[in-house]
Amino acid sequence: MSDKFRADFYQNFIEDDRWKYMVNGLGNTIKITFFAVLLGIVLGFLVALIRSTYEKTRKLWFLDMLCRVYLTVIRGTPVLIQLMIIYFVVFGSMRIDKVLVSVLAFGINSGAYVAEIFRSGIMSIDNGQFEAGRSLGFNYRQTMFYIVTPQAFKNVLPALGNEFIVLLKETSVAGYIAIQELTKGADIIRSRTYNAYMPLLAAGAIYLVMVMIFTHFVQKLERRLRNSDH
Amino acid sequence: MKKQVLALVMAAVMAGSLTACGSSAADTTTAAQAATTAQAEEKKEETETETEAAGDEDGVLVMATNAEFPPYEYHDGGEIVGIDVEIAEAIAEKLGKTLEVEDIAFDSIIPEIQSGKADFGAAGMTVDEDRLKNVDFSDPYTTASQVIIVKEDSDIAGPDDLSGKYIGVQLGTTGDIYATDYEEEGSTIERYNKGFEAVQAMLQGKIDAVVIDIEPAKVFVSQNEGIKILDEALTVEEYAIAVKKGNTELLEQINGALAELKDSGELQAIIDKYISAE
Repeated sequence: MSDKFRADFYQNFIEDDRWKYMVNGLGNTIKITFFAVLLGIVLGFLVALIRSTYEKTRKLWFLDMLCRVYLTVIRGTPVLIQLMIIYFVVFGSMRIDKVLVSVLAFGINSGAYVAEIFRSGIMSIDNGQFEAGRSLGFNYRQTMFYIVTPQAFKNVLPALGNEFIVLLKETSVAGYIAIQELTKGADIIRSRTYNAYMPLLAAGAIYLVMVMIFTHFVQKLERRLRNSDH
Repeated sequence: MKKQVLALVMAAVMAGSLTACGSSAADTTTAAQAATTAQAEEKKEETETETEAAGDEDGVLVMATNAEFPPYEYHDGGEIVGIDVEIAEAIAEKLGKTLEVEDIAFDSIIPEIQSGKADFGAAGMTVDEDRLKNVDFSDPYTTASQVIIVKEDSDIAGPDDLSGKYIGVQLGTTGDIYATDYEEEGSTIERYNKGFEAVQAMLQGKIDAVVIDIEPAKVFVSQNEGIKILDEALTVEEYAIAVKKGNTELLEQINGALAELKDSGELQAIIDKYISAE
């Protein structure tokens, strides 16, 4: 059994430097996830601000409408379709860096979910906090930035962490546009060695470890933010 | 009432998804076991197959293929048709069996044969050393070349010009394996899940060339303006039918049927029907 295991391991990862497919793939997965998360936070934060501003003050109705269209379309269609539309339709007739395409697709997709998470956070802050800010002489923007959003962020952190875990794993469909991320790396090895369990288990284990590391840091951040309660 | 129906439907869906998970988990274990006990099984097969005729006892031959590879196998009005399918049908007829075609991903065909879920694989498969480690191949039934498709105004004139270029392939095909050699010369290989996606990417200027089997290449070129197949092929190779390693009985039956089909001219007739029709 261990001999067989060693032979399989050799064939799947050592021979022809096949481990490079996994390592290069991992690099792309991390790159896509990292920048997509950043884009998602920026987009989501803006959309959440616009939508909650509209709900509180009835201003910015036009932007609010745009945001609602964005949320409906992005949350209503599969991310794989969005990815392929961006690659084959939006950037239809040009050479474009596929990591960039993936970052855009996953970032825009994640932004829609993050927006609703942020908005729920903002709406969860008691209106009294808002009134207190205003009565202390803060204007709307200052109240939002100095009083409401810091508390909201603390409330939504678990949901936000959850969204990024989903995003990390969702990047596994990026292989559809022939980008070599972690899952595609495993697929390439699988197509060479006809061995299913080793590349797939290895890829699964790498995702799992990444999620565990990420969860650890989110929990640490949560703890630290909770300390400021006292 | 409505809620009850909904609950029932959801329960059914969940049960369905559970069994789906269950069977796929079983696949991997059987594939793993098949791999680990390959040698032991080889001996066992010899004794077993003597009593057991080719394939199942119920007279069904299961063929694994990936029906996205015209004209060898493709979907046509809900049916899977093509050269490989017709050859397989002719073989099954000669063996007195009914053929069942199973459409799966190309890189799952060999695991499917190894695990015994399919009796043989016919999917425009080239005999190569890596594959021979995992399955046995019949005598070749046709030859095919890996050709290079480029845009008509391309500066690529032959395989030598591929270095440093962006080359599109279908993941796991021989075109992929051969094109991968060009990675050392600074080329970038883009592995698409489907052949037409690689062609589409080339039409959009995202990649410089596509390396793929000659027959699908002809179809792609006939359906799209402004692209051509280079005269000089990348490689020339032979297609054969894959069976489970050690299943010599079925292999011999297939080889016998293939030889008869070749002699009677039926084989050539099937190939001509699809290829000259283009």
